[in-house]
Amino acid sequence: MNTSRVFAFKPMKSLLTTKCSRAAITSGLRRLACTPSSCPRVCIVGGGPAGFYTAQHILKAHPAIQVDIYERLPIPYGLVRFGVAPDHPEVKNVINTFTQTAQHERCSYHGNVSVGKDVSVEELRQAYHAVVLSYGAEVNRTLGVPGENLAGVYSAKDFVGWYNGVPCNKDLKPDLSGETAVILGQGNVALDVARILLSPHDILTNTDITQPSLEALANSRVRRVLIVGRRGPLQVACTIKEIREMVNLTGTRPDMLSADFKGIAEVLKDLPRPRKRLTELMMKAVQATPAGDGLTSRQWGFRFLRSPVEVLPSPDLTRTAGIRLGVNRLEGSGDGARAVPTGETEDIECEMVISSIGYQSLPIDPAVPFDPRKAIIPNAMGRVLQATGLYCSGWIKRGPTGVIGTTMNDSFDTARALIQDIETGVLDISTVKPGSQTVTPLLQKRGVNPVSFSDWEKIDVEEMKRGTVVGKPREKLLDVTEMLKTAHS
Amino acid sequence: MATPRSAYVLQKVCTWPYCNAMTVRSENKITINFINRDGEKLTVKGSPGDSLLDVVIDQNLDIDGFGACEGTLACSTCHLIFDEDVYKQLGPVTDEEMDMLDLAYGLSDTSRLGCQICLTKSLEGMTARVPEGVSDMRQSDLGTTSSSS
Repeated sequence: MNTSRVFAFKPMKSLLTTKCSRAAITSGLRRLACTPSSCPRVCIVGGGPAGFYTAQHILKAHPAIQVDIYERLPIPYGLVRFGVAPDHPEVKNVINTFTQTAQHERCSYHGNVSVGKDVSVEELRQAYHAVVLSYGAEVNRTLGVPGENLAGVYSAKDFVGWYNGVPCNKDLKPDLSGETAVILGQGNVALDVARILLSPHDILTNTDITQPSLEALANSRVRRVLIVGRRGPLQVACTIKEIREMVNLTGTRPDMLSADFKGIAEVLKDLPRPRKRLTELMMKAVQATPAGDGLTSRQWGFRFLRSPVEVLPSPDLTRTAGIRLGVNRLEGSGDGARAVPTGETEDIECEMVISSIGYQSLPIDPAVPFDPRKAIIPNAMGRVLQATGLYCSGWIKRGPTGVIGTTMNDSFDTARALIQDIETGVLDISTVKPGSQTVTPLLQKRGVNPVSFSDWEKIDVEEMKRGTVVGKPREKLLDVTEMLKTAHS
Repeated sequence: MATPRSAYVLQKVCTWPYCNAMTVRSENKITINFINRDGEKLTVKGSPGDSLLDVVIDQNLDIDGFGACEGTLACSTCHLIFDEDVYKQLGPVTDEEMDMLDLAYGLSDTSRLGCQICLTKSLEGMTARVPEGVSDMRQSDLGTTSSSS
């Protein structure tokens, strides 16, 4: 069976005008049908997957709610555009559904609006019956080790942002002149970075990777990427698809240590199927590791039970020359096993360190509760605790983990909670709320010029046009000023 | 970009010329049943060669979030569970499909992705169950750390 069969996009009529909502209209909910001015109004803060999936379900499950999506950047789709690797275009198919949502008659997109800065959450609560916070996790967790600020140390978030065209990362210009890169962290972002660093040039040329990063990667001298985790093979955080892509990556070979897998074969049979298959695939990579140290081709490998202790500087103290890793042992087993330092250390020579130990959310507004320890908004099923009318979905709700399907289900759940609160009267929609009718003039008064969805489509067309010239699906605009100029042309 | 909704209308119009051929072939159609999350049974017909995802889209079936990646083996939102005797007739599973299934909530021994199942005459009358949605499908065993996959 063809494993990568391209499914011609057939717009899903069912998506937004469903039997469910039709039935709702014809039954008891008819009373909710309203004139546009008296409709229930919900706004969503953040135009990434969590925001769009929440909007999608609200529009589907309720026949009258008007949904406004506010996004800080002019352009929508968040990490689907800026996180998903350029060589994973199939994941970006979700954009087709998001586009349908944005074009729904009861949905409006307002890009270039920074909530918390251009407009406060309190002002949004005044203007809407409910506010859903879906603004994600915007910073990289820091390592907290000496040498972290040396040249040659990058956060994975910045590095991914650089090759994916995040405006504030366009000038990162990472130094790719060294032979060895060490990635700290073993999640899917770490594997994306490893794959992009080692991919043959021709695999990336026809993706939507930015042209400056494509050219820099073509001249990269990085030949060895080590992916370091503080725990063992059975705790590795990435998913199997990403490991399989490494195993199958043209022109590379694995560089694994068989000692790391001592005793693993014996416990394999008791593992749940996903963990078992993932571990077996890593063991295949161990077997495919050639003997000897020769750096004959590009190579990649995992290093387990190691935590960063210090980034080691070059003799002139100007840049990264290596990393000192603390050796750990495991206490406990399975997913809950803890890494405990043994006191031993080990140095690896490397010219580049990429920290990929996770993303972290920030508080958006002093008026919104925030749990600094978990770095999420405290909530029950997406209802922000002790704040009627406030909801959250996606990474700000549950932390920065999971694949796109996780965020989809999580956002549908938040939408269900919100609809339920309307139906049970917990959320009072009897008062008329003005929605964007008051927010838009407020923004204009503050010198903010929002980008509508049709404005974004001008950027979209321009990017695709520029892509055609260089044989790529799109060439992303990298500069907010240029985006705004195109949007408002 | 053309608006999907108007594109949909156009597409429906455009397919009319093929309608007669479809009607002639309709006796070859295969009846299949989906059991939705709420337990509702949806009985529809599909053509040989169609995937179960094609059928869900073509028949406008209301299954939340089904087929997010549009059949490109990049998600597991078209996860379906089959009776064992049906499962045995579904043909081989590739490693790539298994990789995605491993991320599906409620994975069973007879789980497949709907986008990878092509209808054949022998599947006449079969039933596919949509796994129940859950409040949090985080992988408790695989603490995945990215949305990028």
